Amino acid sequence: METAHAGHVETGPKLYVLTWVWLLVLTAIEVTLAYFHLPVGLMLFLLMGLSIVKAALIMAHFMHLRFERLNLVVTLIPAMVLCITLLMVFFPDGVRALRLAVR
Amino acid sequence: MAEKAERLRFVEWGGGVSPFAVGSKKLGMWLFIVSDSLTFSGLLVGYSYVRIANERWPMPFEFWPTIVMATVMTFCLLSSSLTMALAVRASSLGDRAGVVRYIALTMLGGILFVLLHAKEWAGLIAEGVRLWENPWGVPLFGASFFTLTGLHMLHVISGVIYLGVIALGVSRGRFTHEDVEISGLYWHFVDLVWMFIFPLVYLLSVKMP
Repeated sequence: METAHAGHVETGPKLYVLTWVWLLVLTAIEVTLAYFHLPVGLMLFLLMGLSIVKAALIMAHFMHLRFERLNLVVTLIPAMVLCITLLMVFFPDGVRALRLAVR
Repeated sequence: MAEKAERLRFVEWGGGVSPFAVGSKKLGMWLFIVSDSLTFSGLLVGYSYVRIANERWPMPFEFWPTIVMATVMTFCLLSSSLTMALAVRASSLGDRAGVVRYIALTMLGGILFVLLHAKEWAGLIAEGVRLWENPWGVPLFGASFFTLTGLHMLHVISGVIYLGVIALGVSRGRFTHEDVEISGLYWHFVDLVWMFIFPLVYLLSVKMP
């Protein structure tokens, strides 16, 4: 049991409340951003960027990943990110379908 | 640094100890989360694909009520994540009553989310949105919307039931701290997935004033 708790740092409620506040602020920024007239590519980039920051905040603090051993993080996260990135191999075909579309 | 690298090579991966320093149940939940996030990624990428391939994708979401309600739903889910984190903390301090109280608040957040979401679904269905057709054109809109948000809602409902079982067990003196922590991991993951569905499905389909 000793090793199981070796990597754990006692985190106060302050960190959780602060994370929650940041998540709400980022959400508010996203909703505001949605009403700006931006090119869709830029909009997608900004919204996804903010969402990745939010996901990282949730994983690091709420899901405690920051306080786990590094081994766990490097086993889980890069493989997941790689698989998700590989899914995007289909996108060029979506753009091609648009060019082929009957107008 | 070199010392740390040595330790990594010979102690953590050398056999005889867990290289991850987490229990098998917790590692299992993490592996489930990785596979489930790939399921959601597959759906989100599929949705993005059909969206890219359709020039006239409907953008029907009015500021009121849809976007405001979806933001309130996001708030419910984020706040329930906070109370879940506090429940896990109470559990680590051995405060069983605190765990039950915070998990009850978390479940309340989840139930509010589901109720608001169900109301929104009912509204869209009343407007004539179906899996195969909708009043705004591209038929795939309904299919992608209901599949994505439906699978997520299923996760929220399962999560509420899961947390109910855990809270009941904790109040009767069953379950360890690890069990509470694992249920927390699941709940935070459900929250995390919504952080991608909300901008991709709602915010990119707002009706510009």
